[in-house]
Amino acid sequence: MNGVAWLPPRLAGSMPWLALGLVALLLPLFDDAYIGVIAQRAFIYWILSAGLNLLVGFAGQIAIGWVPMLTLGAYTTAVLTAGTVTEPWNPYLALAAGGVVGAVFGVIVGLPALRLRTFYFAMTTLGFATITTQVALAWKSVTGGGVGTPGPVFPWPFEPGWGFYYLCFLLAALATWMTANIGASRYGRALIALRDAEVAAEASGIAKPRLLVLIFLLAGALGGVAGGLFASLQSYITPDAFTFEMSVLFFIAILIGGRGSILGPVLGTIILTALPEFAAPLVQWSTFLYAALLLLIVLLIPGGLAALLDFSNRRPLAKHREILPRPGLLREVLGRSPTAQHLELRGIALHFGGVRAIDGLDLDIKGGEVHGLIGPNGSGKTTTLNVISGYYRPTAGALSLDGAILATEAPPRRAAHRIARTFQTPRLIGDVSVLANVMIGGTLDGRASFVEALLTLPRHRQDEVALRRAARQALAAVGLEALAEVRADRLQHSELRFMEIARALMLHPAFLLLDEPAAGLSAEEIRRLGALIKAISREGVAVLLVEHHADLIFDICDRVTVLNLGKVLAAGTPAEIRSHREVVSAYLGA
Amino acid sequence: MLESIVSYGLAVGAVYALIGITYNVMYSASRVFSFTAGMLGMLGGVLGAVFISRMGMNAALALVLVLACGAVLGMVTEVVTVRPVLKSIEQHLYVLSTLAFALMVQQVTAIEFGTEAQPFPVLVPLEAGLPGQKFWLPLLACAVTILGLELLYRRTLIGRAFLAIAEDSYAARALGLPETRLRLACYAIAGVIGALAGFTGAQMLLAYFGNQAILNFYGFVPVALGGMGSNRGAVVGGLALGLFQQAAAVLFGGLHAAIAVFVVFIVVLLLRPEGLAGAMTGRRV
Repeated sequence: MNGVAWLPPRLAGSMPWLALGLVALLLPLFDDAYIGVIAQRAFIYWILSAGLNLLVGFAGQIAIGWVPMLTLGAYTTAVLTAGTVTEPWNPYLALAAGGVVGAVFGVIVGLPALRLRTFYFAMTTLGFATITTQVALAWKSVTGGGVGTPGPVFPWPFEPGWGFYYLCFLLAALATWMTANIGASRYGRALIALRDAEVAAEASGIAKPRLLVLIFLLAGALGGVAGGLFASLQSYITPDAFTFEMSVLFFIAILIGGRGSILGPVLGTIILTALPEFAAPLVQWSTFLYAALLLLIVLLIPGGLAALLDFSNRRPLAKHREILPRPGLLREVLGRSPTAQHLELRGIALHFGGVRAIDGLDLDIKGGEVHGLIGPNGSGKTTTLNVISGYYRPTAGALSLDGAILATEAPPRRAAHRIARTFQTPRLIGDVSVLANVMIGGTLDGRASFVEALLTLPRHRQDEVALRRAARQALAAVGLEALAEVRADRLQHSELRFMEIARALMLHPAFLLLDEPAAGLSAEEIRRLGALIKAISREGVAVLLVEHHADLIFDICDRVTVLNLGKVLAAGTPAEIRSHREVVSAYLGA
Repeated sequence: MLESIVSYGLAVGAVYALIGITYNVMYSASRVFSFTAGMLGMLGGVLGAVFISRMGMNAALALVLVLACGAVLGMVTEVVTVRPVLKSIEQHLYVLSTLAFALMVQQVTAIEFGTEAQPFPVLVPLEAGLPGQKFWLPLLACAVTILGLELLYRRTLIGRAFLAIAEDSYAARALGLPETRLRLACYAIAGVIGALAGFTGAQMLLAYFGNQAILNFYGFVPVALGGMGSNRGAVVGGLALGLFQQAAAVLFGGLHAAIAVFVVFIVVLLLRPEGLAGAMTGRRV
């Protein structure tokens, strides 16, 4: 971090926040109503953007039309307070109701994002924005149609003027605090993992739908609350007040700050709210200019200001780095001995149309053993791993764990059975530190609920301390502790392979599936990798090793299975395989 | 009543289908869904009205000019908003770059040509009694587009090259196909189709800058229903959407029709994410 050097790091990190808070608290002393209104608008925009920031900046869900949440919150609060359809509500209760309505519709609009690619979600939000405006215009008996409806007036202690200013400030501070808590929690890291390395996130036990629903709830609620305040600030609302183009403003604020940052988007929102006040002659062109600005940001600094200012990750890393695993630490990393001991595959078949990727495979993977899986390209090795970790549903056959048949289930559920894996191409989250990448692997062991993380309750803080310590230990065990704070996309290929192993170890695996971990490593690194894998298995973990380096396989495996065209060609001890005639002629060569 | 549902529904459905095809042509060339599809439709109408009503051009010349504008804007879209973000396509930044560009064009349109919806002139003087051209023009345009694309894809070398980059752009490049130039050409074609949709649909939808968002959404629904990249799916989906929307509008009012379309869209996406006709593709691990 590039904080102020003479302060303790914790305090240095909160300096910008203290400064912002102080300015906001002292602003009323000037007693300038004009500035007050601009500040209130900035607070309100930020309350919505805070939630949107989790959605866009962290989860990578491009919600181009999140303005309807503002609309819904505004009309709910205004209509309930005015008593058009019910007895008049207390404005504060009505504001809460606005938040609830926002949350509900946030989830409804978000439903397609749980299964589909992000563009479908973007389009859904656009469609929803169009419809909300139409409904607001047409539902005259409730919304007043094009004529509009008066906004709520909040009674003491937050009456119009500076009282209302403090209400906006308090809620904005609360939104900042809560979203920052989530961002720094295992939920925030899981969101970023889903954004940049969805497959690895799932293999670490992160269930995308559940997590996204929580974020949609939160972002929708914040949008709804912002809407209620907006209605009060406007004092009279019409459908025209909620243009789709407002979304552009929110996006600029979030992107200019940088994905995965909180302070950046806060500053972005303040600047963008204040800017039009100084550019009054250009008001006709404001949408055009905002859109142009958005285009420029996307094309020129997609990482935002946060990436531009990230000086610590520009410092060159040491040139000749060595990965020195410390297998002695494994016992502490893996902790308790594995729960399950024996994974059986019986008659597994997987057909893609006419292609038989696996065709009746039997395999036994036992705790404490390294089981090698070799064979020519296309023989079904990786496919086997994908079946075991739940990415493919086998056409026939069954998997059982210690004798109990495993139901067909998605990868996150398989991770819960302590089945961990690495990937042929390392799946990393490039934007964040190596440590954060490894912490992803321990997501499943966090005990604090989403609400506990939202409010940083004690159990959440204990989780974080424990996770961080475990991740440092796992990094030390694989020999990467010196690189813990480095952004992951700066690592060399071989280091990424070891980082993936550290991430897998965080799951406390009973079964560890390694997909060509030695590919791209030097001879010395392969030797160290072999020792590490062997040591892992000696802690009671069952290792399934897919590899092309025959030397590594025969050095460390206790049993070897050879696949060819999706079938077992041979199985046995390394010595038996080495002298198996068909294997030698088909695969190993003389 | 039935007659108005069918005639109006099919006509507006044909416009949606054409916008859907616009999405598809750009998608197949670049794996990018571009928000400029609705923009092209909107401009087709506004520019057509400006050329004919304000400048007094004859209809044929105006059509040619509108299509040329569409082609140019299509190419600008590709160069400015798609090409720079293609290398990091998994970040989906194209959503924002194409949206930003579309909004810029929309805003210029609003400032230059006004924010009021303008009537679109009658193009072909016909005696009364025949079915209105505002109904059959979009259908004709849709049929011509489908036929043209079929001929292009099946009968010409460049059309086969388009199919090749749609199928596997990596392999196509390895075969020596000039992928960048082909992509540019596809965006030009998409520009023409989008502008044609707007031009032929404008008697019904009016020349209005606000049509952009509506066409963007309703033009995408057929793509989602019919499967990404499938033009046949887009036509069937577009006509079905038009009929459904019109029937709902006549029976329950326009507001409920809009809500019904949105609900159907979400439900279909949840139940059949690959579209009603499409197949799941893609290997993740």
